Amino acid sequence: MTSKLLEIKDLSVEYKTEEATVYAVNGLDISLDYGQALGLVGETGAGKTTSALSIMKLLPAGVGRVTSGSIFLDGVDVLGSSKKKIGEMRGNTVSMVFQDPMTSLNPVMTVGDQILEVLKIHKNLSKSELSKAVDDMMEMVGIPSYRKKEYPHQFSGGMKQRIVIAIALVCEPKLILADEPTTALDVTIQAQMLALIADLKKRLNTAMILITHDLGVVAQVCEKVAVMYAGEIVESGTAENIFSGRYRHPYTAGLFGAIPKLDEETRRLETIDGLMPDPTEKVEGCRFAMRCKYAEDDCINTAQTMVEAEPGHFIRCAKVG
Amino acid sequence: MKFFKNKLLQMILRRIIQSVIVLLFVTLLVFLVMQAVPGDPIINFLGEAATPEQIAYFTALFGFDQPVLVQYFRWITGLFQGEMGRSVTFQMQISDIIFERLGTTLLLVIPAFIISVVFGVAFGVIAALRRGKFLDSAVTFFANVGMAMPNFWMGILGIYIFALTLGVLPVQGFVSPTQDLGESIHRLIMPVIITASGPLAVFTRQTRSAMLEVVRQDYVRTAEAKGLDSRNIIIKHQLRNALIPIVTVMGVMLGAMIGTTVLIESIFVIPGIGSLMITAIRSSDYLVIQNGVLLLAVAVCVCNLAVDILYGVIDPRIRDAK
Ligand SMILES: Nc1ncnc2c1ncn2[C@@H]1O[C@H](COP(=O)(O)OP(=O)(O)OP(=O)(O)O)[C@@H](O)[C@H]1O
Ligand SMILES: [Mg+2]
Repeated sequence: MTSKLLEIKDLSVEYKTEEATVYAVNGLDISLDYGQALGLVGETGAGKTTSALSIMKLLPAGVGRVTSGSIFLDGVDVLGSSKKKIGEMRGNTVSMVFQDPMTSLNPVMTVGDQILEVLKIHKNLSKSELSKAVDDMMEMVGIPSYRKKEYPHQFSGGMKQRIVIAIALVCEPKLILADEPTTALDVTIQAQMLALIADLKKRLNTAMILITHDLGVVAQVCEKVAVMYAGEIVESGTAENIFSGRYRHPYTAGLFGAIPKLDEETRRLETIDGLMPDPTEKVEGCRFAMRCKYAEDDCINTAQTMVEAEPGHFIRCAKVG
Repeated sequence: MKFFKNKLLQMILRRIIQSVIVLLFVTLLVFLVMQAVPGDPIINFLGEAATPEQIAYFTALFGFDQPVLVQYFRWITGLFQGEMGRSVTFQMQISDIIFERLGTTLLLVIPAFIISVVFGVAFGVIAALRRGKFLDSAVTFFANVGMAMPNFWMGILGIYIFALTLGVLPVQGFVSPTQDLGESIHRLIMPVIITASGPLAVFTRQTRSAMLEVVRQDYVRTAEAKGLDSRNIIIKHQLRNALIPIVTVMGVMLGAMIGTTVLIESIFVIPGIGSLMITAIRSSDYLVIQNGVLLLAVAVCVCNLAVDILYGVIDPRIRDAK
């Protein structure tokens, strides 16, 4: 047992569908301290959502399956726990803000009841205490509490997202998994939402995994960063490690190239050529090799291990270090 | 809440006005059709031996010699005063016969409707939860059978098995519940179950597919992520949303059931509105037919209104849109 909040070791997840088996996560390692925020970055299909769902034990039944590895959350073996134990954990120790706030709320239940519901499951409070907790939480995310009797369709997208965040935070979980909490929102609201998340995190001392493909977002909120590519972490370290750019995985370098730089004259974005490897095929060597400028024959054939480029800064590339 | 009630009242009022307009059209249509079809209730009633004088006398007595439009307005103005006219065949006020018969039909239809909704929704939920398992296949199989088997065939089969072979239920007949409650129920069991069977099958299939549709929704995952147990997820999140499309089907099925009772009533010899209509058609008693059709149209309008109100109750989005 460790004193870490979250310890994921060698996690592999696959989706079995009628057509094929998708190897969505391949040997993922993540560890997180209490109160720490990790930015999990990577392009679409990298396996970010899948990793988060695994922590919640919410992989789609019958399709998604953990094939190896372990997840310890707050000292509890998630993968080995009973349904009941998981039920006690969800919403209370760990909660998740899903990718799409528009559809995450039940359309036929008032928003107040949806916040109240999670409190009722986990906290043994009197009726008036419950009601006060809901009011406080709504105010905290910036929605006047008199609106708790209203239904989701009466709120704007940004407000719905605030409600979703309120549901995730109301039991004051130790860990919150925020899956691209801002991508469905327009730019001004994105900024508000990030400020809100950062503020709440500080106030409640909640640890967080912030999933995004936007490095700018990570810079605002996270102490640690992990870059995910084709189901594995290719680079991890402190935000400073990643942003200083002293050592970089070629893929991360590509991601930085894809951020628009307003101060430069050429506004053209550099993109990473090519596509991620087909997730239905097992890959032996470096998964990024096919798209990598620096790749040699060796890269394609041998599996890459994490190299510690500087203290605490790991990069999965033979060319670094 | 007050806001909602006002909106609801407004909606009901608007729907009632709409319904009245629709019903006026129905009266006109059914009246004109009745004028066009051949057959004369007076001749039917008096029989072959009637003299032309007798026929002329009774035709004038019932006002059938008046111009068509006059007859129509007499009927309509009568309706607004609660008068449906007199039946030639029964020699009684039509309103007296028709409402008594309607009561009998409702004794058949209402229990059948409740049974079909309760069991249909329950079976549908079970099938959805056991998707692909044995129970699902069994439920789906019986639902298909229930939908494919015509009512009259089930009636005959039921009579053969339960009445003639096992002898546990009566072959046919009807006893009013005010007269003998036990016997009334005993005689209604089979016709009620047979009336319920088709709609029950439809509700089962609808509920199953609505539940499976809803299981994939993001808010169900949100509910799971809260740590809610599966019983509460099913009831509070899945079923409440799945009910929305089912309510539409409920309105349609209730209307259809009132129609199918015509057959059931004649198989089991139940003096309901269906068998009244058949008698009326045989004797060309078109005033009875007209009023009967109108009553069925009213029943359908009421069902639709009930569906709309129910919609508003379970779906807040609709409540606001109206
Ligand atoms: N239910 C599913 N059935 C089959 N394959 C799935 C399922 N969910 C995800 N996948 C596949 O697993 C891989 C990882 O998907 P995942 O949703 O975890 O990516 P992601 O990093 O969250 O992407 P995005 O940024 O688009 O949200 C993808 O190849 C995806 O197609
Ligand atoms: Mg995702």
